[in-house]
Amino acid sequence: MRLVVDLNKCQGYAQCAFLAPDVFAMHGEESLVYNPHAPEEQRERLARAVAACPVQAITADGLDGAGEQSTGSAQEARDAR
Amino acid sequence: MPADYVDWLRREGRIVIVGASLAGLRAAETLRAEGFAGELTLIGDEPYEPYDRPPLSKSVLLGKASPHRTELPHRREIDAKWRLGVAATGLDLSAKRVKLADGDEVEYDRLLIATGVRARPWLKADEGRLDGVCLLRTRDDAADLYQRLKAGPRRVFVIGAGFAGSEVASACRETGIPVTVAERAGAPLVGALGGVIGAVAADLQTENGVDLRTHVTVTSLEGDSVGRVRAVHLSDESVVEADVVVVSLGSVRNTDWLTGSGLGAGPRGIACDAGCRAFDFRGIVTDDVFVAGDVARSPHALFGYQFLSLEHWGNAVAQAETAAHNMICHGADRRPHLWMPAFWSSMFGVNIKSVGVPPMGDQLMITQGALAERRFVGVYGYQGRVIAAVSFDNARWLEFYARQIERGAPFPVEFPTMDRRPEGRQPVAADFPDPSLPTHGPTVTLTGYSPADQQLVFHPARH
Repeated sequence: MRLVVDLNKCQGYAQCAFLAPDVFAMHGEESLVYNPHAPEEQRERLARAVAACPVQAITADGLDGAGEQSTGSAQEARDAR
Repeated sequence: MPADYVDWLRREGRIVIVGASLAGLRAAETLRAEGFAGELTLIGDEPYEPYDRPPLSKSVLLGKASPHRTELPHRREIDAKWRLGVAATGLDLSAKRVKLADGDEVEYDRLLIATGVRARPWLKADEGRLDGVCLLRTRDDAADLYQRLKAGPRRVFVIGAGFAGSEVASACRETGIPVTVAERAGAPLVGALGGVIGAVAADLQTENGVDLRTHVTVTSLEGDSVGRVRAVHLSDESVVEADVVVVSLGSVRNTDWLTGSGLGAGPRGIACDAGCRAFDFRGIVTDDVFVAGDVARSPHALFGYQFLSLEHWGNAVAQAETAAHNMICHGADRRPHLWMPAFWSSMFGVNIKSVGVPPMGDQLMITQGALAERRFVGVYGYQGRVIAAVSFDNARWLEFYARQIERGAPFPVEFPTMDRRPEGRQPVAADFPDPSLPTHGPTVTLTGYSPADQQLVFHPARH
């Protein structure tokens, strides 16, 4: 599963590192490192991490509802037409 | 143009995106999300589908991620025709065609250019071809450099102490590899953050065992009898033996393919209006060519309407979304691209983040923490207002300062903070190098620059 973290949004809450420690880890006090290609068996943990991120900074492939927040404004723009 | 042109375009028009990286992909997704039902083509010179670059100089070099597996997740199906591994070589604005390296031509009704930048190669091409001389921009670059680091080189030499060069040095030290960094200016990161913050970055490097050489330039790279790099010669006449040399001299905008097209494209990027519409070389806005990402330069209301070209990940995403939206809607529904500049880096275990445009600042105040603790927020001032902020391991404050920048808050910063140290009570000079020095290409370009001018000449104001 592919994933990307918007590190502009990331505030180092470390919820992801707590919920999916094999995918996310803190490096130093507040920077996040992650594996952008999470193994399939991490799907459930990754989904929980995506949902738990307080700033919704994680986008992942193929997780229901994941990563859709960013296209929300686009969706609204279309619906408003 | 008929009133229903946009409706027709949305239904059955042809949109071509040149550049299949972060901006190209996010633009394609936005087009579909907003109901574009026509034909979509993505052209990319690399044979890979869009991948993420920030991990290449961080987790990849640390062995925590594979350079081959940083493909970007898709936000939705984009149902596009992919033309990967073939570069665009020309543009015919009147016939609305993109020429490709394989001789093919692709017609468009609307075009988005998102060709980004490439690594600036070593200035002497024959030395740059020596085995062991590396660039770091693409995933192939990262795979190559990772292999070389894994092989346990005796010493790595990094030319240039910007963010990428410093991140490479950090990865080397973390994996126990001796590393020398050469920087023309007086400290690392000075082009982006100025000399005061640069001094902190310098301490960070030396305390982590980096052999940091400042105020020097590399004069030549020396190879051995079989064409492998073996030593680096410096302007102070010292010689450093190294078997890997990482050339980290910033980037070059991918606009060469537009030469002669009539578009306002040059070494500083492609000029466009706030709605991402490209200018032609006469300064007249086009209505069917749009630009997004690292290759674009557009005016920003918060920064005096100067043309900003930002090599920022977040800018590529935001500008792509705005450009895509504007491509398929009527004039009155268009949005300006007024993203708050922001970037991050991570080196030697320290999280560095910034908002606004630090190089525009002439003064600096430390408003939280302390430089000596390497945990602080520095606020940059320009003509009496807050223009940028940088944090070292203190990122949660940046949102606050982003709002201050947006509202044009006064500088020096007046509000009381919880942990203001003596050093933060008075602003000091931020100490940026002279932007006319060729190694410190400005991220903010004065509007007086003619986008048609392909022959930039630098006139250093001081020596």
